Amino acid sequence: MGDGQATREVVAATSGIHASDMVLNIGPQHPATHGVLRLALTLDGERIVRADPIVGYMHRGAEKLFEARDYRQIIVLANRHDWLSAFSNELGVCLAVERMLGMEVPVRAVWARTLLAELNRVLNHLMFLGSYPIELGAITPIFYAFREREILQAVMEEISGGRMHYMFNRVGGLKEDLPAGWYDRAGEAIETVRRRVRADIDALVRGNEIFRARTRGVGALTSTQIEQYGVSGPIARASGVDFDLRRDEPYLAYGEIPADLLRIVTRTEGDCLARFECLLDQVYVSLDVAEHCIDRLRSLPVGPINVRLPKVVKAPEGATYAWTENPLGINGYYLVSRGEKTPWRLKLRTASFNNVQVLSELLPGTLIADMVAILGSMFFVVGDIDK
Amino acid sequence: MSGGVLAATSSGGAHLGIFGQDPWWLIIIKTVVIFVFLMLTTILMIWAERRIIGRMQQRPGPNRVGPFGMAQGLADGVKLMLKEDLIPALVDKPLYILAPLVSTIPAFLSFAVIPVGPVVSIFGHRTPLQITDLPVAVLFILAMASIGVYGIVLAGWSSQSPYPLLGALRSAAQVISYEVAMGLSLAAVFLYAGSLSTSEIVTAQSKLWYALPLFPSFIMYLVSMIGETNRAPFDLPEAESELVAGFHTEYASIKFAMFFLAEYVNMTTVSALAVTLFLGGWHAPWPLSTFDHGVLNTGWWPVLWFLGKVFILLFGFIWLRGTLPRLRYDQFMALGWKVLIPASLVWIMIVAAFRELTNEGRTRLQTLIYVGIPLALVVLVASFFTEKSDDEPDDSLEPPSGGYPMPVLTDPEATATLEVSRD
Repeated sequence: MGDGQATREVVAATSGIHASDMVLNIGPQHPATHGVLRLALTLDGERIVRADPIVGYMHRGAEKLFEARDYRQIIVLANRHDWLSAFSNELGVCLAVERMLGMEVPVRAVWARTLLAELNRVLNHLMFLGSYPIELGAITPIFYAFREREILQAVMEEISGGRMHYMFNRVGGLKEDLPAGWYDRAGEAIETVRRRVRADIDALVRGNEIFRARTRGVGALTSTQIEQYGVSGPIARASGVDFDLRRDEPYLAYGEIPADLLRIVTRTEGDCLARFECLLDQVYVSLDVAEHCIDRLRSLPVGPINVRLPKVVKAPEGATYAWTENPLGINGYYLVSRGEKTPWRLKLRTASFNNVQVLSELLPGTLIADMVAILGSMFFVVGDIDK
Repeated sequence: MSGGVLAATSSGGAHLGIFGQDPWWLIIIKTVVIFVFLMLTTILMIWAERRIIGRMQQRPGPNRVGPFGMAQGLADGVKLMLKEDLIPALVDKPLYILAPLVSTIPAFLSFAVIPVGPVVSIFGHRTPLQITDLPVAVLFILAMASIGVYGIVLAGWSSQSPYPLLGALRSAAQVISYEVAMGLSLAAVFLYAGSLSTSEIVTAQSKLWYALPLFPSFIMYLVSMIGETNRAPFDLPEAESELVAGFHTEYASIKFAMFFLAEYVNMTTVSALAVTLFLGGWHAPWPLSTFDHGVLNTGWWPVLWFLGKVFILLFGFIWLRGTLPRLRYDQFMALGWKVLIPASLVWIMIVAAFRELTNEGRTRLQTLIYVGIPLALVVLVASFFTEKSDDEPDDSLEPPSGGYPMPVLTDPEATATLEVSRD
């Protein structure tokens, strides 16, 4: 009968020693891949023998589109590749173009950008702090995380009108000044988020026995592997690679923030738990930094928040590379201009693309359940991989 | 043996002799009532689960269909039944169709031996509020639970797809392990009650609920009952973030609904069993049980206490789901085999020694000394040994086959040496 034949073909594991391996496709549509990452796993029972990340299902030709848009329009494209760190993405483009133009950005804009970049970092991290427990079967923390995101998003929405894609950066500063009374509301939001993250997410997840058992010692990355694959951000710092552009090559106002506020969170274990803890502790640091920025902004004299641009912005001939410490790792824009109003080439270096490369080395030998734990702890955005 | 003696002292308890004497119409009424009760509980549970978890997660939960969204379960059921009954092309059709039935029917059958109340009068007939009872009623429930697993395993196998297959594998190992743990945790109850009949066990608890003297057994039963019903944090066979939907990934429409139904009916059944064996069955809780010489333990009142206890346990299921992450497969197996089962065995030894010495007529102090001193010695020796083994690296954490009970495969290298030596 046809059914029997199918049995032998699909699950050829019954014919003694020469059993063929089972190939399991995780994705492109699977609850654990947050989008369309696809992993072709070769399995032996539940143990993974081989793992191949297959990317490109969400390729949107961002880099090619950059070449056909002027410098104002690029920002709206650039903020979309990692949709959880839109503000930081905008920032990178603006920094590159400003550097090419030799433009001096007003001091208030610099501090406001720093503040918003940190709030964006918290928003990004909260998303992963909520979604990671879901991978491990805890369905509640994401709702707490989203409640905090909502508070911060309200603050961001008030200044920019956007909840995810803020489009608040402009070449030369910010779109417009911050509304009256906004500092107070932002300060309150930061205070609330800090308290609730500590009380709910930190207390509920970090100390949970099952959570620790699922993540401790699972998917450990060595600092050598980190350097080989160019992994960056919280994942790299969880393996003891103490590298953070905010401290090591300060941009914006990061150089002026005291070091006891801008603490670089690191761990040495490199496992899933360390990665999660890096993310969680980073939230507190970012909130502290954001609070400091608000204080500084209050004390600054009244002044412009952007530079008036000519009708047509043309970057002079040349090339520059601007990189920023995005929430998920290093984000770089290599801008080559031939003096046109569009870039000749704008190469994008995204954090997630490098970070997921290491999966094919990390996954073999682990169980499917571990695979989910590891995948979730790589904190990637598929748009950031595929661009 | 002692069951009869205890039954005589209790308030309105039932002897086994009273069963099997109902007229046919009464049997039909009881059966239909139990069936409807389980269906209604399922519908209510789906609604309650979503509302309660919603409240735990700072959101309202379903509130559109009916008052407070209470008809949500009904609406979901109707929706599922009206959906296209899709059968994938590659499936093993007879097994694929059989699996949901095998899963659902035993779930309902187990409830037949659960005592809901004492002897009452229905249309002039004196009859216990229980469809039937057997001298081995608890074994019957365990047997039904074991058959129910076949539904999951067959569903996974016949679907001919990797995710269901993995779910079925997990489920098979999980239920085999936890069946043992569950059986052992119940053994202490049997020793105490001197019976396997549910009604006699309930009767024997008229003075003291077994959850108190047999507290370790109670805890072990609670853990294994969650493992047995595949609920969070032990929902490995359907682990959503890993196996999409596990064993029922390829099921749709009414067949999927039957798996769903089986899960919820099983939850009700294991909760009812916990109430029956550990929480005094239909007996009223303590301050109420003394009210007016135990009038609340007679007539139809006990149904209220029984349902109350069952719903408290069902709330526990929901609470766990809203709070805990999922265990990993091998950790879950380790919990069963390395913690629950050894602990159960030791505990049963202690209970048995206690019972034996008490039956011999020793005083309580003598019993404590006879059981306590050897036990203290054993614990001392055991702790000495475990301390020693802690220093060595623990290889057992990484079983070679990922924790699966694997058949012994012939090692290709071993075969090669064999051939060489034959030459």
